[in-house]
Formats: sequence, C-alpha cells, structure tokens
Amino acid sequence: MVREGTFGSRMFDVILLATLIGIALVCVLPIWYTLALSLSDKAAAAAGDVSLWPIGFTTQSYDTIMTDARFINSFGISLLRVALGATINFVVIVLMAYPLSKTTKDFRPRNVFMWLLVFCMLFNGGLIPWYMTIKAYGLMNTIWALVLAGGVQVFHVILVVNFFRNLPKELEEAALVDGAGPWYMLLQIFAPLAVPVLATITLFSIVYHWNEFFHGLVLMSSAEMYPLQTYIQQLVVVIDTTTMTEDEYKKLSELSNQTLNAAKIFIAMIPVLVIYPFLQRFFIHGITLGSVKE
Amino acid sequence: MKTRAFEKHYYLMLLPGLIWLVLFNMVPMVGIVMAFQDFNPGLGIFGSEWIGLENFEFMFLLGDSKTVLYNTVFIAVLKIAGNLLVPLVFALMLNELRLQVVKRWVQTVVYLPHFLSWVILSGILLDVFALKGPVNQLLSAFGVEPILFFARAELFPYIIVGSDVWKEFGFNTIIYLAALTAINPSLYEAAAMDGARRLQRLWHVTLPGISTTVVLLAVLSLGNVLNAGFDQVFNLYNPLVYSTGDIIDTWVYRAGLVNLQFSLATAMGLLKSVVSFVLIVISYMLASKFANYRIF
Repeated sequence: MVREGTFGSRMFDVILLATLIGIALVCVLPIWYTLALSLSDKAAAAAGDVSLWPIGFTTQSYDTIMTDARFINSFGISLLRVALGATINFVVIVLMAYPLSKTTKDFRPRNVFMWLLVFCMLFNGGLIPWYMTIKAYGLMNTIWALVLAGGVQVFHVILVVNFFRNLPKELEEAALVDGAGPWYMLLQIFAPLAVPVLATITLFSIVYHWNEFFHGLVLMSSAEMYPLQTYIQQLVVVIDTTTMTEDEYKKLSELSNQTLNAAKIFIAMIPVLVIYPFLQRFFIHGITLGSVKE
Repeated sequence: MKTRAFEKHYYLMLLPGLIWLVLFNMVPMVGIVMAFQDFNPGLGIFGSEWIGLENFEFMFLLGDSKTVLYNTVFIAVLKIAGNLLVPLVFALMLNELRLQVVKRWVQTVVYLPHFLSWVILSGILLDVFALKGPVNQLLSAFGVEPILFFARAELFPYIIVGSDVWKEFGFNTIIYLAALTAINPSLYEAAAMDGARRLQRLWHVTLPGISTTVVLLAVLSLGNVLNAGFDQVFNLYNPLVYSTGDIIDTWVYRAGLVNLQFSLATAMGLLKSVVSFVLIVISYMLASKFANYRIF
C-alpha cells in the first residue's frame, strides 16, 4: 500500500488506533473487573467501592475455594468430561471424515451418508424427546450422559472433510502405488497433514465440553454430579419460576457473596485462558482452510 | 484406481459416528410423536393417548406463545443484524491499521469472549451491571440515578443483543479478514495511482471486494431467525423480564422440564425445529444458487 504522510491521513491513523485500543479494552475490562472483585475485601465489594483495582486486597476467597469440597469436586468432573469427551469426539470425527472425503467413485454411498449427516445437523427431536431418550438409556446421573450427549459435532466433521478433500490427489496416488491401505493412509498421511484443522476442532470441543452447563443441569439429579459450569450457574444465577418483585430481585443480588462468586468465575475461566494462546494461531488457519473450498 | 476393496474399511470407519447419530439424534426424533399425544410418563409413548393436533391448538390459545414468538424473532433479528454489521466495521478498521503489533494484540483480545461460556459471562455481566457495579458508578459520575438493569423489562432485549454482539464480534471478524486478504493488492495500487485517497479506496475497492461475503453471511443467517440464544437468555433472565425476554427455547424448558407439560413443550419445540429447518434449507438453496456456496 502506498504510504501517505498528509496531516489528515495521520490524524485518521491516530483516531483509528485509539478507537481500536478502546474496543479491545471493552473486551477485557469486564474480565479484569471480576479479577479485582475476587481479590477485594467483602465489605468493599458489597459497598460498591471496587472499580479496576482490588480494594482491601485479600486472597481469602481463593483460600475458601481451596477447601470447598463441592467446588473441587465439580472442577474434577469437568476435567474428566473434557478429557473423555474431547478424545471421543476426536476419534469419531477423524474416522468419519476420511471416508466421506472420498469421491463417489471410491466410496459409492458417500453422498447418502453426507446428506444423512447434514439432515441430523439441521433437524432434531427437540429438548423433551432428547431428555426422555437419555433417561431411557439409563445415562442419567452418570458422567457418560455429559460426555455422550454433547457428542459428535456434525459441523466439525464437515470442516475436516473439506480439509481432506483439498489435499493434493498426487499424495494419495503415490501412497497407493507404495501399497498403503486405507488405515495407513488415514493415520500416516492424511491425519498428520490435517494438524491445523484437527487442532481447531479439538480446541472447539475442549472449550465446548468445558463451557457446557445445561446437560449438567437437566441430566444430573444430584448436585454432587454437577460439572463446574452448572455448579457456578446455580450459585450466580437465580432461577425462580414464581413471580418476583423488583425489591426481591435487588435483595437476592445483594445477598450473594460477590467476592467468592467472582473468584469461582475467574477460576472457571483459567483453563480456557491457558489453552487459548497456544491454539489461537491454529484456529484461524483451520477455520479458513476448512470452510473455503477451491 | 483399485480402491473398491477399501469400501468395507470405510464402512467400519463410519460405524462409531453412525451409531452415535442413531442413538442420540435419530432415536430422539421418534419422541416427536409426543407432540400429538396426551403424553403420560407412566404409560410411555406407546401407551399414551393420541389426541391429534390438540396440543398445537392449545398452544395458539395461550397468550404466552405470541409473546414468546415475538420476543424470539425480535431478539434474533437484532442479533443477526448486529453480528453482521459490527464485525464488518471492525474488520474494515482493523484492515486500515498499519501497526502490525497492535493489530495482532487487538485481535487476540477481541477473540477471547467468544470462548467463555454464557454462565461465566452472565456472572461477569450481573456484577458489571449490578446496582453498585462499575457501569452504575460511571453513570452516577454523570448524575444518572443507578439503574437495576436486569430487572427492567424494557431494557432486557437490548442488553441481550448488545452483550451477544460484544461476545461474538471479534470471532465473526475472522471470516471478513479472510475475505479482505483475498482482494488483489494491485487494485489498491491502481486506485492510488488514479489519486484515490484512503477513504475513497475503502469505498471503491475494499467494500465491493467484501460485499459478496456480507451478502452470503446475511443469507445464511436466515436460518437463525428462531434462535435467540438459549444459554444467554436462560442465564440472564428472571421473572421480572419474562414479558420481553422469554424466548421459545426458555419457554420449552420451563413448560417441559419444570412444569412437566411434556406434550405441550414437545409441540412447541417441534414447531420451532420444523420452521428453522425449512428456513435453513431455503437459505442454503439461495446461497448455492446466487453465491455458488456449498457446505461440502
């Protein structure tokens, strides 16, 4: 691009820079505020003195959490769910995507399966039938309800299919001449080349399983089986199906232990904050490659 | 190529995924019949009495359903518009930024909220918009009386839309930025040679270059007209804002799993699924016809 040094152009640059930094700050400040709140004194938080810096700095909330058996228990359930869920998703998606990336010449019913997949992505039985089915399988109150109910994201299968299809045909032909079978082809040639898109879907499924709260809420009847997000949801969000007045709402929000809740919210964010920078460089690449066809 | 022999291995590879689809996606579709029954959990779907379209008739008689439908479409349409336009403007601004270091930093930061759950973000928003929270502190500096944001029905839909756009605009920018890199740089050079200034280049080169992407995304978003976002509304609403904040999905949850009106909730859910399905199919047809878009 041609460089321009005119005064107007420079002013434009300065305003642009300030605006963009401002927008970025709007994205992080609420998270920062939560951190400040979690490190503040209870009374200062309740009085509304905290803004962007902790008032009466204390790590008391975090100390309390470390001895809170229910919090630690639900944290463990979430970790287990992520480990099992993301692994199963990964294996199933890779296995499914490979045959579907073939042409109908190599795999005749390919299109039938593809349309079946798309139909399942777009249409489902709805909440109540889904709930009844899981109940009928006897999965209620088990970790498998959480792991399996989220299950295979059809859209991710399609991302990987598109990625596989864009790999050069010559690779496959060369491997075939060398006598490679379908499993060798998938595991030794296709999967290693698809690292950007596989990293992307893995990040998404880790984040999905970590963030999902609803399955915990409806499929677990005892609170001891709640994953972390459901546990936090029960703490922070008040659900009362009866009527409520504005004063009652105000009282309820004042009753909650703000600093402790803020600390729990912040800890629940940590896993995402930790894996995010490592996988960020992959996912942009992965999304654009998988969704754009030649 | 003698690859026909591979087919049996291909079936084997598909098997785990297909078993999952059958068990967790197709079997629940059988449960849709509950919408046409007076479902009794003791008798099951094979023993319950068939009542035809009575659930649907009853649903339309309820005053609730009109409110809920209106709220859903109102919130969803505003969200669609916001999630198309805000990322576009943001991507154009980012594209004009010359400091690459700042650009990368800004990008990293704005993508982040997308990866946090609505449970976490609701917790944060409830604190930020609390009676003594930072937003009210800021407002009081301008002499505005503190507002109990989440208890005000007239504000609720706009808070929902605003916070959703806030969460997603960064992530939605990715697709626009990808489209921007596809614009031929020689077009900019040619425009500069002809004496076009920055805003003129933006108007005559960048915008036309990205317009097909915008139109495509707009068409594809048609299928979301009944998706106002369960997780978000569910975690932010309360009985005070049901009149403007209750959407189809939250209504189905309350009717079905809280008040145990299984048939009624299934009927409402089915209506939503069918309408959404039809809209998505239409939008994909339009997209493939006019923009040559295909999902695979």
